[in-house]
Amino acid sequence: MFRPLKLLLAAGGALALSGCQYHVLAPSGWVADQERNLLIISTVLMLIVILPVLFMSVYFPLKYRADRKDKSDYDPEWAHSTKLEVVVWGVPILIIIALGYYTAVYTHRLDPYRDLSHLDAGEPVEVQAVSLDWKWLFIYPELGVASVNELAIPAGRPVNFSLTSSTVMNTLSIPALGGMVYSMTGMETKLHLIADEEGTYPGRSAHYSGPGFAGMTFDTLAMDEAGFEAWVEEARGAEPLTANSYLELEQPSMNVEPAYYGEVEEGLFDRIVEMCVEEGQVCMSHMMMTDMMGGGGLEGIADGAAYSYDHARSIDGFGNLVPRETPDYSAHGAGHDEGSEASHSADHGATHEEADH
Amino acid sequence: MATEHVQPAETWNWLTGRFTLDWIPYQEPILIGTFLGIALGGLIFLALMTKFRLWVPFWKNWAISIDHKKIGIMYMVLGFIMMIRGFADAIMMRAQQAMAAGGAEGYLPPHHYDQVFTAHGVIMIFFVAMPFVTGIMNYVMPTQIGARDVAFPFLNNFSFWMTVAGALLVNISLFIGEFARVGWLAFPPLSGANYSTGPGMDYYLWSLQIAGVGTTLSGINLIATILKMRAPGMKLFDMPVFTWTALCTNVLIVAAFPVLTATLALLTLDRYMDFRFFTNDFGGNAMMYINLIWIWGHPEVYILIIPIFGVFSEIVATFSGKPLFGYKTMVWATSCIMVLSFVVWLHHFFTMGSGADVNTFFGITTMIIAVPTGVKIFNWLFTMYRGSVRLELPMYWTIGFLVTFTIGGMSGVMLAIPPVDFQLHNTLFLIAHFHNVIIGGVVFGVYAAVTYWWPKAFGFKLDDRWGKRAFWGWFVGFYVAFMPLYALGLMGVTRRMNSYADTGWQPYFIVAAIGAVIILFGILSTFMCFYVSIKNRKALACGGDPWNARTLEWANQSPPQKYNFPQEIQVTGRDMFWKMKQEGFKWSTDYAPIHMPKDTATGVLISACAFVFGFAMVWYIWWLAIVSFLAMLAIGIGHTFNYNRDYYIQPDEIAATESKGAAA
Repeated sequence: MFRPLKLLLAAGGALALSGCQYHVLAPSGWVADQERNLLIISTVLMLIVILPVLFMSVYFPLKYRADRKDKSDYDPEWAHSTKLEVVVWGVPILIIIALGYYTAVYTHRLDPYRDLSHLDAGEPVEVQAVSLDWKWLFIYPELGVASVNELAIPAGRPVNFSLTSSTVMNTLSIPALGGMVYSMTGMETKLHLIADEEGTYPGRSAHYSGPGFAGMTFDTLAMDEAGFEAWVEEARGAEPLTANSYLELEQPSMNVEPAYYGEVEEGLFDRIVEMCVEEGQVCMSHMMMTDMMGGGGLEGIADGAAYSYDHARSIDGFGNLVPRETPDYSAHGAGHDEGSEASHSADHGATHEEADH
Repeated sequence: MATEHVQPAETWNWLTGRFTLDWIPYQEPILIGTFLGIALGGLIFLALMTKFRLWVPFWKNWAISIDHKKIGIMYMVLGFIMMIRGFADAIMMRAQQAMAAGGAEGYLPPHHYDQVFTAHGVIMIFFVAMPFVTGIMNYVMPTQIGARDVAFPFLNNFSFWMTVAGALLVNISLFIGEFARVGWLAFPPLSGANYSTGPGMDYYLWSLQIAGVGTTLSGINLIATILKMRAPGMKLFDMPVFTWTALCTNVLIVAAFPVLTATLALLTLDRYMDFRFFTNDFGGNAMMYINLIWIWGHPEVYILIIPIFGVFSEIVATFSGKPLFGYKTMVWATSCIMVLSFVVWLHHFFTMGSGADVNTFFGITTMIIAVPTGVKIFNWLFTMYRGSVRLELPMYWTIGFLVTFTIGGMSGVMLAIPPVDFQLHNTLFLIAHFHNVIIGGVVFGVYAAVTYWWPKAFGFKLDDRWGKRAFWGWFVGFYVAFMPLYALGLMGVTRRMNSYADTGWQPYFIVAAIGAVIILFGILSTFMCFYVSIKNRKALACGGDPWNARTLEWANQSPPQKYNFPQEIQVTGRDMFWKMKQEGFKWSTDYAPIHMPKDTATGVLISACAFVFGFAMVWYIWWLAIVSFLAMLAIGIGHTFNYNRDYYIQPDEIAATESKGAAA
């Protein structure tokens, strides 16, 4: 069965060369390559049953037309045949068993959470990708640089993505390299990709996220080692990315040109995931610990502001910020008047220590 | 910011809530044009209704009617009207994407485009496809089982008008305020209070909640009808396949719609009362919403397609002059699909970070559904095999369905494979897939049903020439419009973009737009077909059984009298009408009084209050919400004291109508 497969792959390649960028059919990375192979295998398997069905759908009504000349084969009562029933259940079941086998194997092989160390393709690059309104922030924690709407990677080395989002859901999608995974606020998801060849591959958010969604695109620059190092060096010359400059960047904006950051504040990504970039906010892990210890009780209500999401805001359908009233939690904490200050007290020291770096 | 427009400021006063005149979209020329068009059309319509003195007949014979046949027809009318609205959205999107390439912005800014694709999805599913399938089940199913009406005739009327109230609420959002900009399933946090400000998202919530009441009640009603009101002697395995599929569909409705109601209620609490079910902070979790909405959403697509499987089963058997091949297999296959549809929901978000084991499980359960579906296709094919196939209009749609749906099923199984879905998720390949099964399946099926049962409902056939033009418009148009989207999906092109940079995609989008125009030709031909057929109804008149059909709904006159059957029928097996014809059945002239329900305006009135209630909730007009809600309760309770609910049709009256015949 692999010879026709190769032929089909070649046909797919030819199609891609004919001008348009069929990234899914003619990909440029191992992951996408495997996903394409599975697509072809499943299509071929299904055609075993689809083609005869398509043929019969047109042939039967024409052959058994009521006005045909010889109607001797018309059998007005024939409505059951055990043999045929076995075939019509059996053949699809066999195909689904075969397809199920491939599905199980490939789904485990191509689990986006599985790293690509099995490819022996060198040291992976860590990239922390944050979807903002409406642009992408890529942080390179090992290299200490960051970029907006431009993703540089060394070709031939695996890339380990950690994904999160600042407000709403998005998807990191680079079709030439492989499948997508959602980025979600307050959560961290993983994705592992590799570019086999140097090149520029389009990437974007593939999950609708608001008025600036269409412009949430970036180029993936897969470069050789030297080119990548030069890119990093160039980025190093740019402004640093601190908690404050992140909060500024994080404000809604559309169709953003690529930008770079030369230095990234330690632990920034974790604080984005834990929704506590802003000074004075309680991080989620700390909040969970408080909850495990029994929570803050009624007195704790007064600390609400510190627990709410630091950069929650209202956006209208044009992408503008809507003035927003912050709920006054101190009103709930009767007899707890130093409420709002309490949130900044030593009680939340753990968060602040991190923030002070 | 990139746009100069700003949403009207948030204000509130006790009288009009948060509504101010700034919320009238007078700066949008497209909306103003549409409004003027609809206003003009509406005025002409109102004038004609008044001129021909049709208001009283409309109210008496239709609005307050609890006759399942009339309600069925009204559902179909609602479906066709809303299809015009949904299709207008579609052609606007296709035009925008054909234009907005490589820096061009097209004519729809994101704020408008995002409402258009949301409205298109919501309208096509909830207010086109759902009314269509409910309408067909309503009209056909009771007559197929030899019943006089549904189990709860008043509830049926109420369900219909609640659906209308929901549809009106969606449409009024065009001219007062705005609609949601979130995609048809409104995933939070985007649909939450922070990121969907303004009334659009609230229009979404209340219109679906109000229409959902109707759908759920209608589901209960039809299940009760099938289980309790079959003609004497009709065992479950004597029921026509369409009735079986109606049973499975309504079980799905009753099981799935409460999930939708609850999910939307949780989101409503988030938006209105600062709850934290799906918010980013305070322990809310958007993933919970996505799971819940798809636990409803996946069965929903089977709610749409299963009755259509029934439609094709009836048509193929009738026009092949043979009983359906593998009746029992068909029933079991349908039941399998019904159950399996509840264990596949996760395939809508393989890319949300589930582990490989979970993804494998849901991938394989999804593929398993392909087995009973494939069996059904084979059964239809073998029904034609060695048959005597008459290629009339309904058969055109059937063959179009067999070919198109098979292709759509194949792309569906491709998407069911998690690693393939990682690539194709949220691309135009997905869009092409579900339009392939919904147009190729549901729309073709509804057209097949309309052409097949039209003579039953009105006593004359549809015009063949215009009917075939409608078919070719839809059939060719579908392929021209959606094959380019498959190709674009394989390039990795994402859905829901109002503009894109890569001009290499533009030719595909232009071809797709041409496809939409061909579909428009199909839709116009449909209305032309109705018009021409009604005009030539004398020439097209046919007897009670124009297709030489097999099931009971053809045993009475066409159109049927309001009591459906002058006498009860003793059912002795499957394809009962075929049997009756072979045994030379004649109705006897010995009539007994027939017990009938009386019409009531309660359904219309409660639904009107529900509409006002929804509108008041959208705009935070609390006093009006309280008043309309209390009015709903009062009318509902008042109705329970109405003891004047039924009457008898006496034998001499039956004899008179029966001897006159249906032509009168």
